[in-house]
Amino acid sequence: MKITILDRILLLLTCLLAAWQVAVGINRADTLPLIAYTIGFGVLLVAGLLLIILGFDVLDSPAVIIISTIIPLSLSLGLVWEHLPSFRVFYLIFIIIGFLTILITRILPIRNKLPIVILTSVHGVAGVTIFLLPVILTISGLVHLSFILVGLGGALIGIGGLLLSFLRMGNPLLSHSTILKVLPGLLFLMTVCFVTGFR
Amino acid sequence: MVTLAIVKSKLRLYWPLIKSLQTGLLLATGLAGYMSARCPVMHWYNFLGMGFSLFLAISGSTILNMWYDRDIDAAMNRTRHRPLANGRVSPTEALRLGLSLSALGVGMSVALSPLYGLIVFAGLFFDVVVYTMLLKRRTCWSIVWGGISGGMPILAGRAFGLGHIDGIGILLSLAVLFWIPTHILTFAMRYFDDYQAAKIPTFPSTYGFQTTRTVIATSSIIAALSIGMAGVLIGMQWGFVRLLVVLSGGLLLLAVASIFRPNERINFGLFKYASLYMLSAMILLSIGGI
Repeated sequence: MKITILDRILLLLTCLLAAWQVAVGINRADTLPLIAYTIGFGVLLVAGLLLIILGFDVLDSPAVIIISTIIPLSLSLGLVWEHLPSFRVFYLIFIIIGFLTILITRILPIRNKLPIVILTSVHGVAGVTIFLLPVILTISGLVHLSFILVGLGGALIGIGGLLLSFLRMGNPLLSHSTILKVLPGLLFLMTVCFVTGFR
Repeated sequence: MVTLAIVKSKLRLYWPLIKSLQTGLLLATGLAGYMSARCPVMHWYNFLGMGFSLFLAISGSTILNMWYDRDIDAAMNRTRHRPLANGRVSPTEALRLGLSLSALGVGMSVALSPLYGLIVFAGLFFDVVVYTMLLKRRTCWSIVWGGISGGMPILAGRAFGLGHIDGIGILLSLAVLFWIPTHILTFAMRYFDDYQAAKIPTFPSTYGFQTTRTVIATSSIIAALSIGMAGVLIGMQWGFVRLLVVLSGGLLLLAVASIFRPNERINFGLFKYASLYMLSAMILLSIGGI
């Protein structure tokens, strides 16, 4: 499917927002969350640029699954490290092992359902974390109200990541053309939510 | 009215001779070099004077290149529609225009600052005489000299801002020198048949595609490291350094992908990303020190 001008504009705006977020950072963040957020928004920025340059064909690459996993993993790690100090080490280990397992099951020629199970589990935990943690923190009054938008962004990234991953694995949740039609808008909305929520 | 129409038609004819995107990118490196030295203090008179003189010198050297290479352009599918190659502009007219713009550009540069003028002249000399006239048709290593001349605008800009040549300026110049292979060699692979038809030795035709891809990846790493180091030494804010690291990561990703999963799309993507990367890096260098 050919990429349209509107798609390119939405992706460019996504890239600019992601670049801005990388440049300004998160004021209160320690070193590890700052690195995690930089990786998350950095991958989003580069992925957006590649989509603009190469078009939707780039989604045929096997690297898409890995890349669409890095964003929620890194953002959820940043959130947990900042807001759930007692879970820091546990979650860091989960992220590292989860990512490596996805990587290995992508590289090895495994024919059973294991790669999908692992991908869905790790992706799911990260997605739920990005969605629920900001919502709970906001409702508890521990953070400012706009932080709930990070949760909304988390929901959108979870949807986007799963759509892309399942598409790439040959079990699309929606039709190929529908996914490509909504993807630029989804990425833009998600980035707006994150950037606004993190202010 | 008639005069205006003639001027318009001439401008339309001359504009493709200066390769506006390439000239614009080189001009951006020069302006970034200047900004990296003078921020936060800006002298608009100098800034605009430098920009205009550099634009004239780069445009002039590009036209002289095109004048000298008109036989090559005519032999290549990609370039045979250029005004000189298809006869819409006569060689004498192009030569006069190229020499005039070059002389004006270098003259203005010398008037602004002798050191700046000398570097601008060196860039023009390396590009037109050493790269185009002496080496381009003989050896694929000519791109090294093309790279050196490509690194002159940023060195000139910084030297103009500081009043002397410093290590950071040379580092920035090296960054452009090592970025050039990513730009030119991906192009040489994309238009391999064209260069063969014109009998121009290129890296892909001399050393093969795989070696060329490795050279591109290696030079991308060196270019990214050089720009990053220069950024840190300039005192760029950490946020901008982070952004530079992210953009460099994209460049390296594509360069490595072109080695392990070589295909035309990745190759062209790398070519486009490299241009975007250089422009972004120059913007960051310009504003990052403020």
